[in-house]
Amino acid sequence: MAKRTSDRRMQVYGALLLLPAAVLLGTFAYLPTVATLINSLFLPGFRGSPPEFVGLENYALLIEDRTFWKVARNNLIYALGTIPTAIALALGMALFVNGRLPGRGLVRMAYFTPTILPMIAAANIWMFFYAPQIGLFNNLLGALGVTGPNWLGDPSVALTSVIAMAVWKEAGFFMIFYLAALQSIPPELEEAANLEGTSRWSFFWRVTFPLLMPTTLFVLINALINAVRVVDHLFILTKGGPNNATNLLLYYVYENAFSFFDRTYAATITVIILLVLAVVATVKFTVLDRRTHYQ
Amino acid sequence: MTDNNNKRIRLEGVSKVWRDVPAVDQASFEVMPGEFVILLGPSGCGKSTTLRMIAGLERVSAGRIHIGEREVTSMPPGDRGISMVFQSYALFPHLNVADNIVFGLRSRKVPKPERQVRLDKVARLVGLENYLDRKPAQLSGGQRQRVALARAIISEHPICLMDEPLSNLDARLRGEMRREIKSLQQRLGMTVIYVTHDQVEAMSMGDRVILMQDGRIVQDGTPGDLYNHPATAFAASFIGSPAMNLVPLVASRDGAAIEGEPRCAIAPHRAAGCQLGIRPEDIHIEPAEAAGVPAEVLDEEYLGADTIIRLRVGKQELRARLPGVMSLSGERSCRLQWTPKAAHFFASEDGRRLDLQGYDFAAARGCDSREDEAQTSTAHDGNYPPGVNR
Repeated sequence: MAKRTSDRRMQVYGALLLLPAAVLLGTFAYLPTVATLINSLFLPGFRGSPPEFVGLENYALLIEDRTFWKVARNNLIYALGTIPTAIALALGMALFVNGRLPGRGLVRMAYFTPTILPMIAAANIWMFFYAPQIGLFNNLLGALGVTGPNWLGDPSVALTSVIAMAVWKEAGFFMIFYLAALQSIPPELEEAANLEGTSRWSFFWRVTFPLLMPTTLFVLINALINAVRVVDHLFILTKGGPNNATNLLLYYVYENAFSFFDRTYAATITVIILLVLAVVATVKFTVLDRRTHYQ
Repeated sequence: MTDNNNKRIRLEGVSKVWRDVPAVDQASFEVMPGEFVILLGPSGCGKSTTLRMIAGLERVSAGRIHIGEREVTSMPPGDRGISMVFQSYALFPHLNVADNIVFGLRSRKVPKPERQVRLDKVARLVGLENYLDRKPAQLSGGQRQRVALARAIISEHPICLMDEPLSNLDARLRGEMRREIKSLQQRLGMTVIYVTHDQVEAMSMGDRVILMQDGRIVQDGTPGDLYNHPATAFAASFIGSPAMNLVPLVASRDGAAIEGEPRCAIAPHRAAGCQLGIRPEDIHIEPAEAAGVPAEVLDEEYLGADTIIRLRVGKQELRARLPGVMSLSGERSCRLQWTPKAAHFFASEDGRRLDLQGYDFAAARGCDSREDEAQTSTAHDGNYPPGVNR
């Protein structure tokens, strides 16, 4: 009997410990999610009239919306363009600065610098690189006698330009994770492999890369979330233009909510984004986790 | 002999310098095929660095290394035909036992059927048949050690280097693995260089022991040599448990005596100013009225098979090891005896062994303050029993 009371007390104790985090998460994550879900089922009320419940009409509208599909396609290309490139670059840089190298600290810092810059500041710098007449890239190309494209103005180039900038910004951040993981691999493993005449290439694929899998998984999820979540640079570089060529999902949500004042439609798109992210993350964790070795 | 040639290792004046500080200083030695050689020394003496230079994991600052007829000084590790067992085992945590063992064979592109045959053979040899699917994290320390051994054996390299392979195991397992490694080495005819700071491992496993101190080789000989004829005071103090007693000798009337105990001269005058080395087990304790060095019992420590007795002689402390339970309670003063053969002499400045012979003071009742007997002991100078003189 006494034991049961003490068990209950322990449970209350545990619940109390969880409470602060639960309250914060509830108010700032779950409640807004539910509110968004409910909002997406209404049409906005005009001139003081209450919002009108329309069921799934917003979703039907979304399927008809050609801009939405274009933006979604853009976001897919953006994700496919940034994630593998940024991860490969991050891994390459981490391997490079993990080796014996003169001025290693300086190189590490240089690689990490883009990460500490605010996205807006970084976008401003790249604005100068991309500017058609006075920009750095076109000046360099001009010196070689090549006329550079209008990096941000040409619909066929603009998205690639935005992707390049995002990769530059993200790779340094992911490098830090890879560097930390690389340093936790005991150097004897490479020595043991060297004694057997294992080539560096073979050692990388048979030992280093598998041991980095937990980091790769973590970075992959983060990169995916960033591909959908971070759109700050669009405000500076293109504002989604020209002709929605660089418009991404979250920026489209922002436009709907704050430029077209269609909040319920914005909520509908948000729900779709959440759904897609949840599905992709679940698939990644279940499929990749099984093949990942955690130490 | 030609068959065994690739098993011979020769070091000529090999040095390793870290920023002007020599870690290994002019090490030269030769390891014959099938020999089990121990590199022994305290931590920081350069023994591991020497081993890593032989393996090719560390660049050589000066000198040359030969394996068989080939000079390998600047050859990459994989071309030297050696395998190595690391202190940390260096197992690949994401691979199971079988993949860990055949890792090197895959690197060397050994065809799969042959890999399987060799894996089966080696797994049986080290008793891992039932653990081949496990990850290293699911194994005990001793089992991981076996995987590391198996990985070294399966390569069929004639030379195996071991860097303190047993230091992560508990004492009981260590004794077991010691015997197992030794018998594996003999069965497979491998040449082994084995680094350790544990003198018990060195004495029990080695065909030959190379003792190092501050990057230099102090002594290179059989375990018996090191024990019975230590080349320096350091060698004497490093081997044996408890360590050899080392006490300074001062001049007295009849010869050199232990500092603070001038009544009993134990060596000729030339030994004054040197250090006397005497193993604890070579000291015999006699009653106070017998001949010998007067001493006082401080305390005793019973260890089961034997008892360690701490003694004071003059200003010095000595330790004696006596078999069985040896209670001297009550008897505070006693006499110590040892045979002239048991006494070692070392120069006090560099610790080098001196070729001196101690007095056979126990035979005569010579160690006393009384005038006549003191003279008797003087007469002993240079008058040793036959066969003792070297």
